[in-house]
Amino acid sequence: MHLPDGFLDAKTALLSYGVAAAGVSIALRQVRSALKPREVPLLGLSAAFVFAAQMLNFPVLGGTSGHLVGGVLAAVLLGPSAAVLVITCVLMVQCLMFADGGLSALGANVFNMGILGVGSGYAAFRAAKWLVRSEDIRATVFASAFAGWCGTVLASIGCAGQLALSGTAPWSVAFPAMASIHMLIGVGEGLATGLVVLAVLRVRPTLVAGAGHGAGEGRFGVVGYGLLIVLGLVLFVAPFACPWPDGLENVARTLGFSHRAVDPLIHAPIPEYHLPWAVSPALATAFAGCVGTGVVFVAAYAMARLLVPAFEGGKKDATSGN
Amino acid sequence: MLPPATDSPRVTTLHRLSPTVKLGGALLIILTTVLLPRGVSWAYAMPAALVFLLWPLSGMTFVYIWRRMLLAEFFIVGFALFSLFHEAARPVFFSAFAKSNICVFTLLLLTWTTPFHLILNELRRWRLPGIMVTTLALMVRYLPVLVEESSRMQRARASRGFTRRKGVAWSNLTMIIGQLFIRSADRAERIYLAMCARGWK
Repeated sequence: MHLPDGFLDAKTALLSYGVAAAGVSIALRQVRSALKPREVPLLGLSAAFVFAAQMLNFPVLGGTSGHLVGGVLAAVLLGPSAAVLVITCVLMVQCLMFADGGLSALGANVFNMGILGVGSGYAAFRAAKWLVRSEDIRATVFASAFAGWCGTVLASIGCAGQLALSGTAPWSVAFPAMASIHMLIGVGEGLATGLVVLAVLRVRPTLVAGAGHGAGEGRFGVVGYGLLIVLGLVLFVAPFACPWPDGLENVARTLGFSHRAVDPLIHAPIPEYHLPWAVSPALATAFAGCVGTGVVFVAAYAMARLLVPAFEGGKKDATSGN
Repeated sequence: MLPPATDSPRVTTLHRLSPTVKLGGALLIILTTVLLPRGVSWAYAMPAALVFLLWPLSGMTFVYIWRRMLLAEFFIVGFALFSLFHEAARPVFFSAFAKSNICVFTLLLLTWTTPFHLILNELRRWRLPGIMVTTLALMVRYLPVLVEESSRMQRARASRGFTRRKGVAWSNLTMIIGQLFIRSADRAERIYLAMCARGWK
């Protein structure tokens, strides 16, 4: 999901730099007020940790492999503001030391993976924990797996919106392609996030900031990140996600990309049917996304139910053996 | 694994140039390239010629370019596959392809000739917040340490029970990552004590 230079136009790059800078300054403010001096080196080490974890390849189907992105993992382990800073630093090093991800697209990458991915992922984590109303290890593992998926998918939607706003790829192609690919990638990310959180919880539960129920952000952080995520979605996604053709064309005309927007690259897969909610492939994808969210929620819950008792049994044996 | 950042064997003119000039220059080339209009045009030849003229001055090797280019080309080629579906998307794709390759090459020149700590110094002078400078500095310092540590853990796991079963591979890898985080946190604690002992406040 690392956007290189040249895929975003100047307007989109500037807009995303603005939103990303606002998000990072909220994170800085939060971290400065909440971070104890002894936790300052932990930020740097966590950034190195996220980078090192990204280098480990997980085997996936058919000889391919994927790696963790780690935004939601950092948010669960360190809290969202520290995670925003950590991911920002990781992206800066990847750009300026390894030429991975563009310099003009750095703002967009920080917004997608850092603020949108981490913020929405952490919100999903809290929401999922609140839904099951439980404080045991299982609830945390389930919530982080679900949050890992949500964060990945939302970050990819932000990325698709920026590509569409730049006129590089029409929304009707970018959104279904990015969203569907990342719904699959997100399953791996969620599974890996849940399992890593479980591994840390089993050995050193005190290191997981998100495990307790008190690790909130404070009102400023919640309102700030919430507003920024909404602002980002309004800027990058809302112009295209409008279901009425008139509204879409109107917005397209006012923003001056109608010549690109009116010509979808891939036509609706089910054009004959005219389902009320499936007027465009983008809406169909959004619908599939809602269904997918439900499926992943249940799957993450089942995973936590199935996996954690086995691990817990092993842990009890180990402690009784000592 | 990625090779270390600046492994250039000889020091060239570009290496000796002040990092301010190099970072500013890279930023300027990238911004100009991004601002160029879309479509097949000769304007792309300007920044392309500039970076290709700078290449011999930097002594950058093909191996380095090849390894790093692969990272960016993954996205670019994926994008190319989608543009194959439609005629109208070709010019847009051409310009995105040209622009992103010029920019990646510029960034490669920058990373080849400028060690990250000099870039970090520059960013500090450009008023990057202190806590981010500290985080970046510690990150770059301990990145090789943690990579080494994780490969040691992987080797230990592999020598104790190698298996092709994917489920086991996943649980092993996630346990390694979890363990890596715990060790990073412990190391952070030691670093904090060492920093305090040296008068950090």
